[in-house]
Amino acid sequence: MTVKIYIPRDAAALALGAGKVATAMAEELARRGVDATIVRNGSRGMHWLEPLIEVETADGRIAYGPVKPRDVVSLLDAGLLAGGAHPLCLGKTEEIPFLKRQTRLTFARCGVTDPLSLDDYRVHGGLRGLEKAVAMEPAAIVAEVTDSGLRGRGGAGFPTGIKWRTVLDAQGPQKYIVCNADEGDSGTFADRMIMEGDPFVLIEGMAIAGIATGATKGYIYTRSEYPHAIAAMTVAIEVARAAGVLGRSVLGSAHAFDMEVRTGAGAYVCGEETSLLNSLEGKRGLVRAKPPLPAHKGLFDCPTVINNVISLASVPIILDQGAAFYRDFGMGRSRGTIPIQIAGNAKHGGLYETAFGLTLGEIVDEIGGGTASGRPVRAVQVGGPLGAYFPRALFDTPFDYEAFAARDGLIGHAGIVVFDDTVDMLKQARFAMEFCAVESCGKCTPCRLGSTRGVEVADKIRAGIAPEKNRELLADLCNTMKFGSLCALGGFTPYPVMSAITHFPEDFEPAPVAEAAE
Amino acid sequence: MNIQLPRVDVAEQTLAIVGELKGLEGSLLPILHAVQDEFGYVPQESLPVIARELNLSRAEVYGVVTFYHDFREHPAGRHVLKLCRAEACQSMGGDRLAERAKALLGIDFHETTPDGAVTLEPVYCLGLCSCSPSAMLDGEVHARLDETELDTLVAEARR
Repeated sequence: MTVKIYIPRDAAALALGAGKVATAMAEELARRGVDATIVRNGSRGMHWLEPLIEVETADGRIAYGPVKPRDVVSLLDAGLLAGGAHPLCLGKTEEIPFLKRQTRLTFARCGVTDPLSLDDYRVHGGLRGLEKAVAMEPAAIVAEVTDSGLRGRGGAGFPTGIKWRTVLDAQGPQKYIVCNADEGDSGTFADRMIMEGDPFVLIEGMAIAGIATGATKGYIYTRSEYPHAIAAMTVAIEVARAAGVLGRSVLGSAHAFDMEVRTGAGAYVCGEETSLLNSLEGKRGLVRAKPPLPAHKGLFDCPTVINNVISLASVPIILDQGAAFYRDFGMGRSRGTIPIQIAGNAKHGGLYETAFGLTLGEIVDEIGGGTASGRPVRAVQVGGPLGAYFPRALFDTPFDYEAFAARDGLIGHAGIVVFDDTVDMLKQARFAMEFCAVESCGKCTPCRLGSTRGVEVADKIRAGIAPEKNRELLADLCNTMKFGSLCALGGFTPYPVMSAITHFPEDFEPAPVAEAAE
Repeated sequence: MNIQLPRVDVAEQTLAIVGELKGLEGSLLPILHAVQDEFGYVPQESLPVIARELNLSRAEVYGVVTFYHDFREHPAGRHVLKLCRAEACQSMGGDRLAERAKALLGIDFHETTPDGAVTLEPVYCLGLCSCSPSAMLDGEVHARLDETELDTLVAEARR
């Protein structure tokens, strides 16, 4: 039997040289006349080990990494094809603690399969959820999703089933499923990894959503910064259409559903759902006032389900294994699993899918292994550029929507950015305001003007101009933005700013004047 | 040196692009992406053609072009180097790398070197946050950059 060598095609692996490794491997295999095939899989999510290559043996898959092109010859000399010993050998992939301790439901196939092989997808349990869905009444599908406790993984945490129920009950000649794949938060990459590593699971989830709500057309709105994800999704949709998973008759049923990928154009605010809908319609990405809800009047004023990638990609396993199976994971009102993305200055950065409930400290110190720089962790920002900065004192916070909210934070899309003790929190607070100013859609005043004023006030604090008064002013400005903005961009920018002031007040004191001491 | 295409060609080619895509729902963004792919930017001469074909005002089309960071009103350099400025990259020294890139190229963000070789742009997240700092050179991604690797990228772009 031909030996299979897995070399990821995930953008993170490519950015670390996986493409060159694959080329070097192909050349060396040809030169040696060895019978082996290279499969370009997704990433396993252990990004500090990328490019991580694997070889399939009778004993299971054996991992090696991080591999550089120059390592290829020595790996093959060491008997790579039989899983031979080598300094880069990590043993059985599944036994690597970072992977072994995870509960991979949504990401079960990511990094395991060939992302563009529908056969591989089926062999690994794919399409079972959709097969069940085509035989069910729409209301029963919606009930299953509601019972699973699944909440929007984009950040808002709104129950997915309730959203679907609203669209199912809404009347209209055309309904839409829109997948929000505009993953612009720094520290997040779960959507990208799914689209590159297991695109069929998203297609399956969207098709189930379509059948459940009576929508026949779906759009994936993603970012121009994600060319690899766009390419993978586009090919996967063609494959799915050719195989009858999409089209006039989904899996031979009476249901029609088709979809396409649309690319944004570098506007962060388009990750906000109403702004995204305007962008999809070909307009400026201005935020819409709610109500009306997108579920009633969404894309082109039609009833629209708009869900995050991970929400939709979690649906197939819920339909396949049942609501109770999924609901049994998690804590409180946060049910199921969440793909936590450990990023920034982390020793073991990557994607870690687990049930809700681990503490922030366990995630950062144990799983993430502390900082990459080896210095102490000072702050972590959870939930992207609109998420709060947490100090070590709050590391006992369990990863749960409500627990984070109770401490003036949010889990958002579950990205965690780690900072060591060299971080300047005043600078981070200023950046939050600057980012909001750059990305504001301009529709509402608190966001449009407040962010620019926020940068100016931060600069005054830095310059030592009436620091006490300006700190009060900054807090007052945050209050106005929080309660007066139309959407989460202006409304949540106060989270990073206020958390920085509250938890790291020493960084907002005037700098000691060096000249005076000399 | 920018090669200016004759105006008639821009209008004709734009018309062909619009003709191909205007059947899509919400076709303006796909059209603008295709126009930029064709010309390297969205030429002024394209706007009246797009407006007429989609039954929009020129102001509406121009408003969309200017809303999105991706669409350029002028051609970029031969290579575009995008450096991530977002928080994860900041935590790994992204700001220092950005300063170094600016100094090496002698330009600020949003500028092009006088020889037309490189345009430097900020990007807010490439989704490579677990291997920061990251950059994109002409659509190719690079992560876990250090000073040496940045210097290589800049040298590559200057060629």
